[in-house]
Amino acid sequence: MNPDLVGRVFAPTKPYLVGREKVREFARAVFASDPKNVDVEAAAAAGYPDVVAPPTFAIVVQELTLAQLLAQDDAGIELTHVVHGEQRFDYSRPIVAGDELTAQLNVTSVKTLGGNAMVTAESVVTDAAGEHVVTAVSVLVVRGDA
Amino acid sequence: MSDEIIVHEYAVGDVVAEAAYPITRDSLVRYAGASGDFNAIHYRDDVAASVGLPGVLAHGMLTMGLAVQPVVDWVGDPARITDYQVRFTRPVVVDPADGAVISVLAKIGQLDEEAGTARVDLTATVNGETVLGKAQVRVLLP
Repeated sequence: MNPDLVGRVFAPTKPYLVGREKVREFARAVFASDPKNVDVEAAAAAGYPDVVAPPTFAIVVQELTLAQLLAQDDAGIELTHVVHGEQRFDYSRPIVAGDELTAQLNVTSVKTLGGNAMVTAESVVTDAAGEHVVTAVSVLVVRGDA
Repeated sequence: MSDEIIVHEYAVGDVVAEAAYPITRDSLVRYAGASGDFNAIHYRDDVAASVGLPGVLAHGMLTMGLAVQPVVDWVGDPARITDYQVRFTRPVVVDPADGAVISVLAKIGQLDEEAGTARVDLTATVNGETVLGKAQVRVLLP
């Protein structure tokens, strides 16, 4: 596990266009029952321009940044040894279908504990106007028993 | 809407939502497709066994995703959820025939009546054992 990852500048991900059917599919997969997740009229009645994504949908966009991290040749992270330790989402507003989202990765800490390493990866997600939507933080435990 | 001051009727410790979600291997395949997380430990017994797991596991993010749903229904608007965090403390093994049942209890852990906000603490259990730690949702009170 490479401590030099902390502070490395990663390129923002290419814009991710949030599709209506993707939101519906994700909502069904997490057992969401709020009609605003699937019904455009219900979402509109609550003031949203389109269906609203469930709170954890941001992981789909954050995943693009975690792929960047795993792709770093010198990171020393192998997917089969990665365990998801913690997850957090801090929202400015819910994600809605039609949003074009960009994520910027920042590795905020790398800690070694015994043979394992803990990596904290923070992804700031912004919309097409550059406004903050959500900050997603993952703590990944990389097992060192390789 | 009236101009009266809204008095919330909540107290710390109140159970605000409760639900049980029976999940199966089908649920895992559905979540894999929806989320794009195709790690094989979530659908292949042989791969799970080869890395020393007790069986095929539910995606942590599936557990996190469904555990907040009772709170979403309670507050009534996704915009009322401002922060959500969990620790994945115990893997959820999903039996090929019987699946697993994830039970969720949502209680008010902290209340700020003036700001109209609360911290809702989630307890997620499978067979009576907790699977999430420090599972907290910040909400604007309904």
